[in-house]
Amino acid sequence: MTVTSVSPRSPALPAGLSRDQLLEMYRYLRLTRTLEERLVALYRQTKVIGGLFRSLGQEGESVASAYALERGANRDILSPLIRNLGAMLVMGAKPIEILRQYMAKGSSPTRGREMNVHFNDLAKGYLGQISHLGDMVPVMAGITLTFRMRGERRVGLVYVGDGATSTGAFHEGLNFAAVQRCPLVVIGEYNHFAYSTPPAKQFAVKDLAEKAKGYGIPAVTVDGNDVLAVYEATKLAADRARAGKGVHFIEVKTFRRKGHAEHDDQSYASPEEVERWATTNDPVDRYVKTLLDHGWVEQRELSDIDASVRDEVDQATDACVEDPLPPPESALADVYADPPAAERLWYRRLFAPAQG
Amino acid sequence: MPEITFLEALRQGLWEEMERDERVFLLGEDIGAYGGAFKVTQGFLDRFGEGRVIDTPIAEAAIVGAAAGAAHMGLRPVAEMQFIDFISCAYDMLTNYVATARYRAGLATPIVVRGPCGGYVRGGPFHSQNPEAAFFHTPGLKIVYPATVRDAKGLIKAAIRDEDPVLYLEHKWLYRRIKDTLPEGEEIVTPLGSARLAREGRDLSIVTYGATVWKSLEAAERLEREDGVSVEVLDLRTLLPLDDDAILATVKKTNKLLIVHEDTRTGGLAGEITARVSERAFEWLDGPVMRVTAHDVPLPYAPTLEDFVLPQTDDIVKAARWLANY
Repeated sequence: MTVTSVSPRSPALPAGLSRDQLLEMYRYLRLTRTLEERLVALYRQTKVIGGLFRSLGQEGESVASAYALERGANRDILSPLIRNLGAMLVMGAKPIEILRQYMAKGSSPTRGREMNVHFNDLAKGYLGQISHLGDMVPVMAGITLTFRMRGERRVGLVYVGDGATSTGAFHEGLNFAAVQRCPLVVIGEYNHFAYSTPPAKQFAVKDLAEKAKGYGIPAVTVDGNDVLAVYEATKLAADRARAGKGVHFIEVKTFRRKGHAEHDDQSYASPEEVERWATTNDPVDRYVKTLLDHGWVEQRELSDIDASVRDEVDQATDACVEDPLPPPESALADVYADPPAAERLWYRRLFAPAQG
Repeated sequence: MPEITFLEALRQGLWEEMERDERVFLLGEDIGAYGGAFKVTQGFLDRFGEGRVIDTPIAEAAIVGAAAGAAHMGLRPVAEMQFIDFISCAYDMLTNYVATARYRAGLATPIVVRGPCGGYVRGGPFHSQNPEAAFFHTPGLKIVYPATVRDAKGLIKAAIRDEDPVLYLEHKWLYRRIKDTLPEGEEIVTPLGSARLAREGRDLSIVTYGATVWKSLEAAERLEREDGVSVEVLDLRTLLPLDDDAILATVKKTNKLLIVHEDTRTGGLAGEITARVSERAFEWLDGPVMRVTAHDVPLPYAPTLEDFVLPQTDDIVKAARWLANY
């Protein structure tokens, strides 16, 4: 296993990043955590419809990997999982969009048809996942195949969890992309839980990186809670993919500190282990310490960001919490381009208009 | 004008669309250098190159998933299933990812998934299937199933041009058995969603599709000759969406409906057609809506077994005669 890490007290700025970029990454980390904390509050007020999925403890690898891509209109495209809120924010998803999604608002990006972070904006560079884990690997293989066919210097990035590496779609997609030399970076998130299932019951290899090697794909294992290490590894992989060197796999070792969803009390996890990761290996705390220890930024700058993020999330919440749910009959539209709407069933027409 | 086969018409349709639109490309197993298991794509690699004729690993989920990703980016992929039986390996990708994409996410996914289907060829359980019922239940997909040389060409062209994902089912028993001449200088594009009146009649309607269109036409000739019964035959051509207007029109004309399909009975399309006719034309019926289908067993290999299980012309004659006399 290769674990890369930034040595402490290096005087120069790390990984070719500027001070503004270091601060911007901090902003996305803080925004992810603050936004999720706001969602918890809304969940407890029963304003969130359905489940709430936290990325607590995994924000570092999400933000850092996305930050290593080329962003902007029609540049790189990533496909996030439910715990990659940070990656979506980096690519340009707005907190108000996330809030509207979780509250099933008619004004949400999917107009109430899909949940949480399952939405996309291909121009900004993110493609929403579906719940069938592993399926996004073949789809991202197709997207990056298109980049290659058109000679565009763009890359794709797809996240898969440790559990999803057991699926057929993951293996088919990885192999397909490897054979076609697609410019694709795959981030394998070893977060220790697939819902409740531990790695030992999911696969018989030690590291996910071993699986990728079976497909002729360069693979590396990185400390997923070291923001700068994940950034560097992803940047290197993306640069290589962009240069025509095909698929690259990065395993990030991290730890999911909450249950699968907010309803899940994580009884299967050792409380001591969760506590240990929280107190000694939190990606945001570690990043802050690195930034301050090296004197790259000042505490005041971080505090200003914290305040500005709180304001942003407050304003986004206020701006959408009273938005209406989608009108019921809007459920019938857009199954196809043609016909534009599905047929309303006959008995729903019998007692109109009183019964609608 | 030379006579061409069903397979050649399909090949021409694919070829013309690739010449017309550089966004169209093919992917599938053994389709490039080898030209496809049935040679549908023979010569395509030489003309269009490896960039547009992609030989893939044996991985139907990856083939369909990659096609979907490419379609999101503005391309027009045509994915071949070497035998349509293997489309079940991509069932998740088609039903969960592709079919829902426009609805849940506003994503256009204009892909065509095509492949040889159907029996009567001693193909055994895994090279003879008719998978339409498994996908007919999925909003977001379209399904076409040509029976004629003209529609083999016209429907592949329309499917490629459609903005929605289309399954194109091509009956391998028709590939080289059916021949016709197509007019030169006319671009043939068969609109999706419209049935074709294959034979006009007065006494009884057969609604069918695929290979059993030809068996139904044969049965109709015999009934005319032997019984003086005039049978109308409607070739559905598109299964999803069904052409309700054409089905209701023929029912209201002859007042008797026999539905014939090669697929097994339980959960087959005939049940849905029966329900729609019952809901919307009950008072027009002069007899029960009846079905001729395959028996509810996996399709066996031995000729005696396959012939027994699948609907034959004799079966259609018997059933139609019974219904005509009702």
